Amino acid sequence: MSTATTPIEHAAPPESGPRALLHRLRHGDEVAHVVTLTFAALILLITTLLVFELWIRSAPTRGKFGFSFFWTGVWDPIGGDFGAIPFIYGTLVTSILALLIAVPLGLAAAIFLAELAPRRMSDTIAFLIDLLAAVPSVIYGLLGIFVVVPLMRTTIGPALKKTLGFLPIFQGPNYGVGFLTASIVLTIMVVPFIISVSREVLLTVPREQREAALGLGATRWEATWKVVVPWARTGIMGSIFLALARALGETMAVTMVIGNDPKIRESLFAPGYTIAAVIANEFNEATSDLHRSALIELGLVLFLITFILNGLARLLIVATERGGGHS
Amino acid sequence: MNRVRLIWRKSLNVVMLTLTGVAAFGVVAVLFLILGYFIWNGGTSLNLDFFLKLPRPEGEVGGGVANAIVGSLKLLFLAAIIGLPIGLLAGVYLAEFGGKTFSFVVRYTTDLLNGVPSIVIGMFAYSLAVVPVKHYSALAGGAALGLMVVPITVRATEEFLRAIPTSLREGAMALGASKWRTIATVVVPAASGGIITGMLLALARVAGETAPLIFTALGNQYWSPGWNQPISALPLVVYNYAISPYDDWHRQAWAAGLVLLTLVLLANIGCRFVINRKGVRSV
Repeated sequence: MSTATTPIEHAAPPESGPRALLHRLRHGDEVAHVVTLTFAALILLITTLLVFELWIRSAPTRGKFGFSFFWTGVWDPIGGDFGAIPFIYGTLVTSILALLIAVPLGLAAAIFLAELAPRRMSDTIAFLIDLLAAVPSVIYGLLGIFVVVPLMRTTIGPALKKTLGFLPIFQGPNYGVGFLTASIVLTIMVVPFIISVSREVLLTVPREQREAALGLGATRWEATWKVVVPWARTGIMGSIFLALARALGETMAVTMVIGNDPKIRESLFAPGYTIAAVIANEFNEATSDLHRSALIELGLVLFLITFILNGLARLLIVATERGGGHS
Repeated sequence: MNRVRLIWRKSLNVVMLTLTGVAAFGVVAVLFLILGYFIWNGGTSLNLDFFLKLPRPEGEVGGGVANAIVGSLKLLFLAAIIGLPIGLLAGVYLAEFGGKTFSFVVRYTTDLLNGVPSIVIGMFAYSLAVVPVKHYSALAGGAALGLMVVPITVRATEEFLRAIPTSLREGAMALGASKWRTIATVVVPAASGGIITGMLLALARVAGETAPLIFTALGNQYWSPGWNQPISALPLVVYNYAISPYDDWHRQAWAAGLVLLTLVLLANIGCRFVINRKGVRSV
C-alpha cells in the first residue's frame, strides 16, 4: 500500500487479518452480506427443492411405467394404467395453434407500436396491453365459458365448417368446447407478452438501420420487414418462446373450455385435455397413490419444458438487447 | 414494368402498415370489451348481500361471498409475510453485494421460477404444506402464493436499487457510514417508493391466481377461523361458480370476477403510474 498517494487509507482499519474482520463485523457489513446472501441462496434452494419434491413424489409411476408413460394413451385411474400422450397432444395442439394466431397478430401490433405510432400513443397502448397481461386467468376462463364457447357453437364453428370443412381438422361434431376454443382463449392471453417484449426489442434497433434502408429507396414497410425485423429477430424469437412457455403452463382458462376428455382426435372442434387441466381437475380426487404420482410426473414434465423454454427465451432476449441479432 | 412494381410496393406498404395498426387497436379493444362485459354482467349482480353474506347452500338463490373476500385478504397477508422478506433481501443482495457468477445464477433462477406454471407451484406447496399435516389449510395456500411473490419482488427491488445514483452511496460513505448502514438508511429508503410499488404489483398478480389454491387452500363454504383450515378466495369462487350448473351462481361468478378484475387493474394502474413517474423501466 502506498502511503504517499492515498493518505486517507491510513485512517481506515487494516485491510486484512483478524482485527479487520472484527472491525467489519462490528460495523455489520459482513453480517448484512451474509444475511442477504442467505436469502438469495434460499431462492436456489427453493427451486432445487421443487424439482426434488416432484422427482421423489413421481417415483411410483416412473418405476412402474418408465418411459412408456410418454407414449401410451390409456388413462385409467381405476384400473391403475396411465399414459400421458393425450395430455401432451392436447397441450401441444392448443399452444401451437394459439401461437399460430398470436405471433402474426402480436408482431404486427408490436411493429405498429415501435415503428409507426407516435411515442406517446405507443406508450399508452403498451400500457393498456400490459394491463391485459395482468388480467387473472380465471377471468379469461369465465369469458371463455360464457362468451367464446357459445360463439364457437353458433358462429365461428359453423363458419369454419362452411369454408374449410373439407379439411379433416374442421370436421366432426362441434360442442363449443374443445381444442380450438382453448386455443382462442390462449391466444388472447399470450398476445400481450409477444407485443410488449417484441416492442421493446424493436425499439432497441438503431435508428441508422432504418434511415439507411429508407435512404436506399425502401418503402416504410420494406425498411421494417426487411431490415428492422431481421435485426431484432432473436429477441422476437425470445418473446415467442416466452409466450409458448406461458401457453403450455396455462391452467384455469384452458381447464374451463377444453372439454376435459383424454382422447386424441384430429378435429379441432373435439374436446381434449391438457397436462395442466388434468392436474387441476384430478389432483384433489386422486383415487390412489399411483394416480397422484402420475399427475405429479405430468407436473414434472410441464415444469421441465417451461424451464427450458424460459431459459432459452431469456438468453435470446438478453443477446438481442446487448448487441442486435445480426448474425 | 417499373411503374407497376412501384405501385405494387407502395400499395403493399399501405396495406401492411394499416394491418399493423388494426392489430394493435384490435388487441387494445379486447381489454375494453372484457371490462365492458364484466361491468355489464357483474355490475347488475353486485349488492350489499354480495359483500356481507355467506354463500347459500347449492342451488339456492341469494347469499354472498363475504368469506371469500376475507379469505383472499388473509391469503394475501400470508403471501406477503412469506414472500416479501425473501424477495426484498435477495434483491438487496443482487443489487448491493452480489458477485458475478453467483448473482447471475440467482438472477437466472429467479426468472425461471417466475415462469414456472402456477399449477406446478401449487403441487409443490401441496407436497410441502399439505402432505405432512394431512389437511388443506390457509397456510398452504399462503405459502403457494408467497412463493410466487418472491421472483417479482426480487427483480423489482434489484432494479430500483440500481436506479439510485452512486453519488448518494458515496455521500453516505464519505460521512463515515458503513456499507450496510448506507444501504439501510440511505439507499433502500431512497428506492422505497419503487420497491413498495413492485411489491404491490407482485401481490396484485397473485391475488388473481386460482391454480395454486385448488389443492392448497381448497375453498370453503363457511368462515375459516384461524390459519389452519381450508379457506375460500375470490378466484376460487369465480372458478367453482362458473363451472357449476346454477344460474344464480353464474351471476355471482360474474360479480366476483368484476370485483377481482377491478382490484387487480386498479392496483396495476396505480403502480405503473408511480413507476412511470419515477422514470424507471417497468418490471
